[in-house]
This record gives sequence, C-alpha cells and structure tokens, in this order.
Amino acid sequence: MPVILQVSNLVKRFGQLTAVNDISFEIYQGSCFGLLGPNGAGKTTTIEMMEGIKTPDAGTIRYQGEALGQQFRNEAGIMFQTTALQEFITVREIMVQFSRFYPNTSSIDELAERYALHEFLNQDTRKLSGGQKQRLLLAMALINKPKILFLDEPTTGLDPQSRRNLWKQVQLVKEQGATILLTTHYMEEAYELCDEIAIMDHGRIIAHDAPDALLAAHFDDVVVQIHAKDIPREIGEKEFQAIYRNDSAHILTGDVNKTIEHLLHFDIPLDRLRIRARDLEDLFLELTGKELRA
Amino acid sequence: MWNRIYALFVARNLEFIRDRSALAWSVLLPILIIFVFAFAFTDENPEKFKVGVIPGDTSEGAAAAFKQTRFINFIDFDEVETNLFKVERHQVDMLFDPNTSRYWINQTSPNGYIVEKLLVAAYADSPESLQQILVEGDEIRYIDWVIPGVIAMNIMWGALFGIGYVIVRYRKFGVLKRLRATPVTAMEFLSAQILSRLWLLVAVNTVIFICMDYFVGFRMLGSYFNLFLVFTLGCINLICCGLVVAARISTEEVANGVLNLLSWPMMFLSGVWFSLEGAHPWMQKFALILPLTHVTEAAREIMIDGAGIVQISDHLLVLGVSAVILLIVGARIFQWE
Ligand SMILES: Nc1ncnc2c1ncn2[C@@H]1O[C@H](COP(=O)(O)OP(=O)(O)O)[C@@H](O)[C@H]1O
Ligand SMILES: [Mg+2]
Repeated sequence: MPVILQVSNLVKRFGQLTAVNDISFEIYQGSCFGLLGPNGAGKTTTIEMMEGIKTPDAGTIRYQGEALGQQFRNEAGIMFQTTALQEFITVREIMVQFSRFYPNTSSIDELAERYALHEFLNQDTRKLSGGQKQRLLLAMALINKPKILFLDEPTTGLDPQSRRNLWKQVQLVKEQGATILLTTHYMEEAYELCDEIAIMDHGRIIAHDAPDALLAAHFDDVVVQIHAKDIPREIGEKEFQAIYRNDSAHILTGDVNKTIEHLLHFDIPLDRLRIRARDLEDLFLELTGKELRA
Repeated sequence: MWNRIYALFVARNLEFIRDRSALAWSVLLPILIIFVFAFAFTDENPEKFKVGVIPGDTSEGAAAAFKQTRFINFIDFDEVETNLFKVERHQVDMLFDPNTSRYWINQTSPNGYIVEKLLVAAYADSPESLQQILVEGDEIRYIDWVIPGVIAMNIMWGALFGIGYVIVRYRKFGVLKRLRATPVTAMEFLSAQILSRLWLLVAVNTVIFICMDYFVGFRMLGSYFNLFLVFTLGCINLICCGLVVAARISTEEVANGVLNLLSWPMMFLSGVWFSLEGAHPWMQKFALILPLTHVTEAAREIMIDGAGIVQISDHLLVLGVSAVILLIVGARIFQWE
C-alpha cells in the first residue's frame, strides 16, 4: 500500500517545552492511524502540524510525496479537538458555506441524512448538543470527500452512546477508502478503530505497531485481577509484584494455575477474582509507568 | 476563489443581519444623534460669538476696545476675500478689518446684529469711521453642518469595530483556525470581510441618510455621486484601519482598547462636532492625519459648498493612498492564530 502521509523528525517547541520531540512515522493509504497518549503528550501539536495549521520547528511532512499545499487543502478533512462556528448561522448555512470552499463535494442532504443532522438543518449551530455538534463537525470535515481525515480526540467528552455512534461513522468513512489519522486518549477507541497505533508520551513515540502486535510483543501473559481489599498491599506487591490501580490489584502471570495456588497459600479470597487478557491500558502503564487516564 | 469569497461574504452578511443588537446599534445610534441635534440644539447655538479679524494695529483706540469684548472669539484671518464666505454662511458672525475700519456682516444673522452693536459701541467716539458692508447668504444650520460628520462617524464605528472586533473574535474562538484548515487563503478571507462590511455599511448609511433627509431636510448642493464616492472611499479606508488592528490581536479586551484608542480621538478631533476653525494649529495638523477628518471635510464641501470632484480630490487622494497602504500592511501582518 502506498504511503499517503510521511512525517520525518518532527520537532515543535513552546519556549522551554519541547512539545513534540523528533518523531517520524508513515501513514498508509486507506489505513487508520492512531496517536494514543495522555493529555499533554503532544498529540494535538503533532496532528496540527500535519494539518498545516502549526509550523514545525524542524522536520518535514510530505503528503503524497510533496509539501503541504493547495492540493492537500482540497483533499484533507479536518476536525479539531474544539471548534467554534460562526454565530447566527444555521447548520445548513454553515455546510453550504464550507461546500463552496471546495472543488469537489458531497451533497449536503446526504451528509445530513447520514449523520442524523437533517432535523437540525435550520437550527442555529449554537443550539446543538455535544453529540450533535460533533456530528456536524464530522460532516463538515467530510464535505470535500477527503482522501485523508484528521480527527483530534473526536469523542472526548461524549457520552458512551454518542461515542459508539461516532465510532460507527468513522468506520463507515474508512470503509469508503479514506485514510484516517486519529488521536485519542481512550484505549478502546484506538483498539476499535485503528490499524496502527503510535503511543506518545512527553512528545515522543514510545511504541508503534498494530494494536494486537503491540500487545503480543509486550506481553504473552494474562492479568489476574483481585479486589484491592482482598489482598493487602504488602503481600500483593512483595509476593506477586501486583500493580495497584483504582480498586484492583493486577497480577501479571504466564501461569494462572500456579498464581492461584500461590494466592490460596496466602488465604486470599477469590470471590472477586477476574482473569483477563492484557489490554492497551496495561501496555501504556508498562511503557510509561503511569496511567493513561490520570 | 470567487466561490470561496462569496461563501464567506454570505455567511458574514447573515451573521450581521441576524445579530440584532449590532444591527440596532448601527442604525439607531446615528438617527438618535441626529434627532437630538435637530430638535434640541438648533435654536440655541452652542458656540459663542465669532469675529474674524484681518491683521492690523489693534493695540489702541476703538479697535483695541472692541477686541477687549468678552465672550467674543476673535479669530485671525489673513485676508478678506477668501474668508468672506464664512460670513455668508453664518459660520463667523462678522469680519472686521481694523486697518480700514470696514466690517462685513450678514443681514440675516441675529448674531451678526448683536456683534455689530458691540462694535459700534466700541467706536462710540468716531462712529463715522466705521464702514458697514452687507453680505448675503443663507445660514448654514448646525444640522446641515454636522450631518456629513455624523454619517462619517457612523461609518467609522461600523468599519473599525465591524472588522476589528469581529476578526479578533473569530480568531479567539477558533473560527479562523477552522477556516485555515480549508483551501481559503488569507487574502480571500480578508476580501470577503471587507466586501461584506463595505456593502452593509454603505447600504445602512444610505438608508439612514435618506431617512434623515426626509425627516430633517438638509442642505445638499453637490452631486450625490461624489458624496457616495467620498463615503465609500472613507469606508474602505476605515475598514483597512480595522484590518491592521485585527491582524494579530487575539483577545477582545486588547482589540477593544486599541479600537477605542483610535475611534474616540477621531470622534472629537476630526471636526465632526465642532469646527476646527480657531483650534490650536498643532491640533489642526493632527486632524489631517485622521481619515475621518478627510471624509467629513470632503462630504461637507460637497453638501454645503457644492464642491465638485476637483475640489475634493486632495481628500480622495489621501484616503485612497492610505487605504492601499493599510490594506497591504494588514494583509502582510495578518495571522490566523
Ligand atoms: N500554544 C502553546 N503554547 C505553549 N504550550 C503549548 C501550546 N500548545 C500546547 N502546548 C503544550 O504542549 C504540550 C503538548 O500539548 P498537546 O499537543 O495539546 O497535547 P495533547 O493533545 O496530547 O493533550 C502540553 O504540555 C501543552 O501544555
Ligand atoms: Mg489534544
């Protein structure tokens, strides 16, 4: 598959702070690439440089082999983390406005239908709910039938139902052949949508692969999860190298039988025990020593 | 390109028309001002007596006594001919030449009558040396005189704030950032803003002008086309001023401060309300760098004197050239974020 967007040695500084520190990666045409990391990791700064909104201090960005230019503007669909819309303008008017910016566009009624906006077409944009506004912003990003779609934390702040809804719509866009670059701090989101994930922390990429490959490479073991109250910290940390997170102790093991025997030996109640495969959340914890959602 | 400019133009127009408070502000304020002036101040001239004096010896005698009179503003005029029209229009109550003891007054001016009595009183010892010369001419009411300035001022507010404030808000709330993510260029964006503001201001002020003329009725001797040209050019010039202000500022407070810093001095130092005649020469010089002065004066010359395009060409030139410079600077230093 051809590379559509290529990023090499990108650096961005804000005063003393190096928000993006020498990162490089490639995005393949038709794939969904996820930038995953906690708040302040440098995701927005990175994606905005790739969108041509911010100028990098060093490094290059190539779209189909060329520097970002008018062709890129015509073919890119962009949804920011936060966007204000012009005031006193209805949903339809703003969509008409944006469709006039581009040479090649989708029908507004079709988009409105697909993103469940038709009921609000004649409503002021300020009266939309969070989920509705997010759908409008997505529809606006898609109005030029983009070859590449940039989504910066598209579901942050949405309720679980709206989030699932948006995932479905993003998947639909992907099925139609668009390339997607997505940032998120939700593991499930990256896992659900992305073919490739780069994990960012402190402006650097600390891991980069397909979601399953990332998991496989970093762990071949499972997690035994016990309620924190059931296993005292001294025992858990000393005997089982458990990691305490929220209300649970997480014990990593390659041999579940042995671990359970060991737990029984210490008279640990197993009523609330759970065994699960390791997920990206665990991966992030292992890579950075801190929690993603903190 | 035209598609994009058109799209932004339409959106901006809708925004303006639907923003009731801004619309009301830009239509009602000038009408209110005019009516206040038309009905409250026309009978009662807010200015004191004004007498123009030709250079000559006024150190002693009757001329000196006359110049001692309190509550008369004596203004130095260099010669008679070029200033006579001020007596004709009641802008000056009398013109006095101490060398020949001749004086010029307008028969229809009540102020002129009073000042004449004062002059005659000062010359009580030698009344025969005085020589009265009558001039004719309609009074220019304050309303006739102030109207061009009020329209110009209204255009100034609309242009500076309508461009400056709006673009800064767009930047602050990220509307500009979203537009930047589209193929829209800075020049396209700015052109659309200028065009939208220009046509709205011209339309609104034309309506205001017509309404006020209908209700108040004022003097208009020149050509409407020239007047339109002056106001349109002035509008473009002031819009470009707003553009420069809005090029980089990203908070409304700073924008507000800078815009007020520009508009209030213009409001009072451009001769909109009071004639700069008799003002400190330094202030008269300063007024010449304010675009509002040129709009007001050119419009006044057209409406009151019936000046043609040639007589106002210097004002048009100043407005045109500075507008081009401001536009280039504004577009150059413009930043999306
Ligand atoms: N305009 C800016 N000026 C100064 N610091 C900034 C600016 N934008 C972002 N930063 C800093 O850069 C770091 C990365 O920010 P960002 O890219 O927004 O992270 P993320 O999107 O992953 O949450 C943060 O520490 C943030 O405070
Ligand atoms: Mg962010």
